[in-house]
Amino acid sequence: MSVANVARPESAQKVLSLYRQLLRQGNQFAAYNFREYAKRRTRDAFHENKAVEDPRRIQELIQKGLKDLQMLKRQTVISQFYQQDRLVVEGGLSGRDTANHETLRQKDTGWD
Amino acid sequence: MANIAPSVLRQASRLASKSAISTASRRSAWPLSRVATTRVQNDATSSRSYVTDSRRDHAQVQVDTAIKLDKKEFEKAGLAMSGQNGSDVHVSPMADVLAQATVMDEGQRPIYLDMQATTPLDPRVLDAMLPFYTGFYGNPHSRTHAYGWESEKAVEDARQHIATLIGADPKEIIFTSGATESNNMSIKGVARFFGRSGKKRHIITSQTEHKCVLDSCRHLQDEGFEVTYLPVQHNGLVDLKVLEDAIRPDTALVSIMAVNNEIGVIQPLEKIGKMCREKKVFFHTDAAQAVGKLPLDVNAMNIDLMSISSHKIYGPKGIGACYVRRRPRVRLDPIISGGGQERGLRSGTLAPALVVGFGEACRIAKEEMEYDSKRIKALSDRLLSGLLSMEHTTQNGDHEQFYPGCVNVSFAYVEGESLLMALKDIALSSGSACTSASLEPSYVLRALGNSDESAHSSIRFGIGRFTTEQEIDYVLKAVTERVGFLRELSPLWELVQEGVDLNTIEWSQH
Repeated sequence: MSVANVARPESAQKVLSLYRQLLRQGNQFAAYNFREYAKRRTRDAFHENKAVEDPRRIQELIQKGLKDLQMLKRQTVISQFYQQDRLVVEGGLSGRDTANHETLRQKDTGWD
Repeated sequence: MANIAPSVLRQASRLASKSAISTASRRSAWPLSRVATTRVQNDATSSRSYVTDSRRDHAQVQVDTAIKLDKKEFEKAGLAMSGQNGSDVHVSPMADVLAQATVMDEGQRPIYLDMQATTPLDPRVLDAMLPFYTGFYGNPHSRTHAYGWESEKAVEDARQHIATLIGADPKEIIFTSGATESNNMSIKGVARFFGRSGKKRHIITSQTEHKCVLDSCRHLQDEGFEVTYLPVQHNGLVDLKVLEDAIRPDTALVSIMAVNNEIGVIQPLEKIGKMCREKKVFFHTDAAQAVGKLPLDVNAMNIDLMSISSHKIYGPKGIGACYVRRRPRVRLDPIISGGGQERGLRSGTLAPALVVGFGEACRIAKEEMEYDSKRIKALSDRLLSGLLSMEHTTQNGDHEQFYPGCVNVSFAYVEGESLLMALKDIALSSGSACTSASLEPSYVLRALGNSDESAHSSIRFGIGRFTTEQEIDYVLKAVTERVGFLRELSPLWELVQEGVDLNTIEWSQH
């Protein structure tokens, strides 16, 4: 989940598009922790390699990013097939309000 | 508890009689939301009435995140009731689908914060494993056809990744079923091989080791070996002077774990390894919690045997490895005999999918170690500073020499088990998963010299690669509120607030 950002205009376009695709694909994970990790790791990797100048290194990183994108495409589908309930922290983000404007977030688990 | 059981039974029979509700909705329909609080109150009022009961209005704390009685239960109970009449189940076939959909709508799964017990499987690892569950099913030991060759190649690549992670040679990696088997293999294997001549019949280990090491040693004691269980200092570290004094001419093996699974302290492996090499004693380390999280090098640290587990580094469960040094050669008596796979030390067909997953997990761990440790350190600092800013909390183990992904904190005047019950929206543990079924205080914390009360009130927080800041903030908020709530229920806390030193009280019935 990492690729370079580049100064050269023709490949800069390519890198930006890859970045966008990786973020969008990572957002498709049904599991909260994987989704957040995919987004965070993509962002951090691109920022980390922002200043890479060596064209060979850039090519390497782009190849790695493309490979990761393929992996993300497969794994997000699997993640969507086997969904679980959402985590308690997620409820806080987009939790549904109930009639008396309380957000129900918690639930007993592990009892049965 | 007594008043809850009948309603559970009633609910169970009601649900059992109704088949249309799917298992998922059945699971979430248990009316047990109040168990934690009820139990705590009972404890506080009946069994702990040494001085005075806490007044009722003292126990009223506004808890934001407290477990609320879910309205969904009533809705489902209503559905179940009418289901018994057999009327509306088939009226709307989407009804139970929608019931589930609303469950999905609001988060109800606990946050996972028990990374020392096990870690989630990394999607990248699963991606590497899947081909071996679908297409490449050859036996890696088959030398006569392409199916065998491709599996063998994948297994050898994985072995290479594992070896690189710990700075070893691929030939020195033996695949086992997990760290427990590796520990058994190393300790029993070395002891039995060198004990046969009758010259080396002594083993040294520490009191805070994992159960499987201690149990293997206990087993060897029955076979006539002598075992020294080294005490640890108050910070959980082994005293090198004590270790040096314990090594005798007939010592065969020293087994000290790298990172403790309960308190996370990092033992000085390099110094122990050097000492063992000087005294010509084999050094085994249980590095299940350390591999992939800390930089390790078996040659720099003079480690002769090392146990590694896959499912602690985001790999699949059911596989591990044992590093067995070749130069100078460590000879073992194999526990499992058979077809002679894995240099004859661990016979049996390898599971290529698991091995490949393990190898990929190691590769990712090496690649991401810097990024992960920086992040885990930041999250851990955030959690620790938040927890320690509460009054009467202490961190167990050494404050400097510990792996930041394992934070063990004692909350005085709160029972650890009741706190775990109150924190059901967070998956936590008070100690190792192996001992979590019993209510005994952790033997590791007792070995540190902590009192029973303090050992009872401690909780371990495990932070990993996939933990987010939001989760940490949620946990901090929940722990702070509920510890406060439980303390308000406790008569001991009331005494402490009044300035009474609990040690000076003479309890009447003790």
